[in-house]
Amino acid sequence: MHVPDGFLDAPTSLATAGVATVGVVGALVGAARRELDDRTAPLAGLVAAFVFATQMLNFPVGAGTSGHLLGGALAAVLVGPCTATLCLTVVLLAQALLFADGGLTAIGTNVTLMGLVGVWVGWLAFRGVQALLPRRVTMVVPAAAAGAFLSVPVAALGFVGLYAVGGQAPIPLDRLATAMVGWHLLIGVGEAVITALAVSSIVAVRPDLVYGARRVLQRRALVVRDGVAA
Amino acid sequence: MRSVSTRRLLLAGLLLALVLAGVVSYYASNHPDGLNYVAGRIGFLSTAKPHHTDGSPFAGYATRGVGNARLSGGLAGVVGVVVVGLAGGGLAWLLRRRGHASSEDRR
Repeated sequence: MHVPDGFLDAPTSLATAGVATVGVVGALVGAARRELDDRTAPLAGLVAAFVFATQMLNFPVGAGTSGHLLGGALAAVLVGPCTATLCLTVVLLAQALLFADGGLTAIGTNVTLMGLVGVWVGWLAFRGVQALLPRRVTMVVPAAAAGAFLSVPVAALGFVGLYAVGGQAPIPLDRLATAMVGWHLLIGVGEAVITALAVSSIVAVRPDLVYGARRVLQRRALVVRDGVAA
Repeated sequence: MRSVSTRRLLLAGLLLALVLAGVVSYYASNHPDGLNYVAGRIGFLSTAKPHHTDGSPFAGYATRGVGNARLSGGLAGVVGVVVVGLAGGGLAWLLRRRGHASSEDRR
């Protein structure tokens, strides 16, 4: 979903750059205050690298189309939403600067769509579904899959919204919306599968490292600490 | 459920990312992604401008000067994983709160 230069006009690109800047600054503060410590910081580097790697792996979704992981929900569940926004921003910057993927004037748009909308829709949907499911660590996996699935069509809809404001070509917006959401629902299925695989493999070996599992593990952690203190 | 050390988990994850970007990426679909496909179908793909960094040695996930497609793409992928991992991990390391306990543990 990397938007190239030229799709959106300059005012819209400038506005999304403003939104992205505010979002990333907020994420810097949030990640530093609440999410990152000695143990989780290296994991954030791994998550960024893993999202970059999987974004190279386009999977076919139908007649002549492909999709790849956006990784927002995956990163949010593993390292927390603020850190996830930072991970995605690093990935998108590297892609635009080194690999000519995603326009330089569109960097704000791409950070907004994938680093903010993708991450936070994925995270909030994850939290919502997690609250409905039994309070067990394994439930992190289906909740993450649901967040991942939803994040993709919503990010696609975000692009349609931006195109409605500042698209450079006069095109029927209803057709754009239908096509974007339709294809990205399919891509969302792939996103959900990859996210579930990645989250479940870490939950299986080190649930304590999964940010999205902290709430469920909290009681156990307190018991362990009491034991150590006594 | 066997627990593994953080170091081993990180090493295994890094290795997986390197293999995915360096080897498996060769087998990825070459079809346009959802956005580009829709842009082509609806007819605004042509408004895309050439990329400012098309001159980068790794533009388009290929390594300039390396003829073999497998090697060229694989090298670009490995470089990307290393650069992104170092940048992301470095940033997180700078931002982290010092000491081991997470905020949830402290409360």
